[in-house]
Amino acid sequence: MAQGPIGQDDVRHVATLARLDLDEAEVVALTPQLAEILAYAEQVGEVAADDVEPMTHPLGLVDVLRDDVPAPGLAADAVLAAAPEVQEGRFAVPRIVEEDA
Amino acid sequence: MSDPALTRLGAAALADAMRAGDVSAREVVDAHLDRIATHDGVDASGDVWRALPADRLGPDDLHAFLVVTAAAARERADDVDRRRRAGEDLGPLAGVPLALKDVLTLRGVPTTCGSRMLEGWEPPYDATVTRRLHDADVIILGKTNMDEFAMGSSTENSAFGPTRNPWDLDRVPGGSSGGSAAAVAAGMAPLGIGTDTGGSIRQPAAFTGLVGAKPTYGAVSRHGLVAFASSLDQAGPFARDVTDAALLQSVLQGHDPHDATSDPTAPSDLLATLRDGVAGLRIGVVTELEDAGCEPGVRQVFLDALDLLERLGARIERVSLPHAAYGLPAYYLVAPAEASSNLARFDGVRYGNRVDAPTAETMNAATRAAGFGPEVRRRIMIGTHALSSGYVDAYYLQAARVRTLIARDYAAAFADVDVLVSPTTPTVPFRLGERTDDPLAMYRSDVATVPASLAGIPALSVPAGLAPAEDGSAPLPVGLQVMAPLREDARTYRVAFALEQALALDPDPAAHGGPRLLGGGGAR
Repeated sequence: MAQGPIGQDDVRHVATLARLDLDEAEVVALTPQLAEILAYAEQVGEVAADDVEPMTHPLGLVDVLRDDVPAPGLAADAVLAAAPEVQEGRFAVPRIVEEDA
Repeated sequence: MSDPALTRLGAAALADAMRAGDVSAREVVDAHLDRIATHDGVDASGDVWRALPADRLGPDDLHAFLVVTAAAARERADDVDRRRRAGEDLGPLAGVPLALKDVLTLRGVPTTCGSRMLEGWEPPYDATVTRRLHDADVIILGKTNMDEFAMGSSTENSAFGPTRNPWDLDRVPGGSSGGSAAAVAAGMAPLGIGTDTGGSIRQPAAFTGLVGAKPTYGAVSRHGLVAFASSLDQAGPFARDVTDAALLQSVLQGHDPHDATSDPTAPSDLLATLRDGVAGLRIGVVTELEDAGCEPGVRQVFLDALDLLERLGARIERVSLPHAAYGLPAYYLVAPAEASSNLARFDGVRYGNRVDAPTAETMNAATRAAGFGPEVRRRIMIGTHALSSGYVDAYYLQAARVRTLIARDYAAAFADVDVLVSPTTPTVPFRLGERTDDPLAMYRSDVATVPASLAGIPALSVPAGLAPAEDGSAPLPVGLQVMAPLREDARTYRVAFALEQALALDPDPAAHGGPRLLGGGGAR
């Protein structure tokens, strides 16, 4: 089971994992809310034993593949039109690798 | 035929009138556009009407639509009329107007999902739901307001301000599909599309006196439906009567190769058994959902509806779903977990807003913090935590095991009864602002609707009567939920139709002391 209620350091860690740049005021406000919601959600531990298979999908469809027939996709221009920044027909992002890395 | 009369008619009646030549599709569309222009709070100039900013909306404006594609709707209506005059054989809903939730793509028209994150994004393709509506010559009037990324139970989480309930303008229409529900309840469209992940069609249907159905998971394609929780999301119909809802779901459902989770088996025929009645049918009352925090008024309407079904020949039995009480905690782990993964795509790279920052990672984090509203941030945090190292077994996997137990409970119950019923919601519509500061209280609105979502079974809400709110109000709508085994959607419609015919409720709020929106013109 989980190790005690979630604290502010946990919230900062999860925000990093989730790529959410939360300010301190929100970390402070969110911590008790998440603790309350998670305490409620932890009830699932009361009934589900390890021998019960987890259900991830209602219909249990597996290996769904369409027929291997070529079909037109979206035009690259139409897709790139929505991007905040484009260079040479590609999505552009700020530097990913640190200069001294 | 005068305009207010047209906005009172349902989809089937409008289609009949158009087929008989009594009215044109263009007249039908114009009557509904007029109602939107009068009551919704839009800037009705130009070809595309935009909702007014929240701070410019009047206290009587419903704010059901975010965008109204007025010129395109008129063009399509003219085209339907032209083809009908040419003798073309048109579908059963040809020329009927519809309100589309702003979580499904419509090519070239902004899709916002009620979020600032996607502002300005015009999708380059139609959702399969949209394509099927176009193919059936249903006329899409515009895109409707919703809780941001479908996360909410009141439409108050929209970045563009809440939608009001046409029955009581100080109350919520439910959510997340509150815009479509309000539009249909107010006579701005006879049909609406919502999406339901944990109750987001059924709860607003109950709150606005409509029929709303969550089809069997996989019956309606999710292609072009911006994902919240992929193993739960289903699009479905809103209408003011059961027949109209069945006609609309019949248009929506069917296998789609563009959605790997689409059900390849032939969909349920919803119309063939619609009028078969409930005589001899075994109806199970879910004991765990019957009492789940229900207001006395809601409970009385529910019990009266059961009596009525019994008088119609149904056999009413009490049935237990022993794990139903664990549905809500399981749902609030599974859905945020899937959301935290699905919403990773909003990273400031491919579409929508970007907040500039020196590196890709800081740009991602700054963009997402600025673009997502508080409830979406909260759910992403819950979901990320539930999937993180050291917690995934206690939270996500345990919740997924509870899902198995709930599905088994339903299978056992359906061995003894044909359908299961419960109140759709524990309360009538609550007041705007009443639950915005208490996430858990808001989540509890979904207690009766999430178990069917987790199991993937079809579930529908049908108006069962009216009851005042506990804090004192005019009578407000109460919904009865009908659930059936996987792929047996037709049974939910059959029971709902029998109840609807026996009750003969007027769907117009004005008939019950509410605002005069549906047929009464500008009498507010």
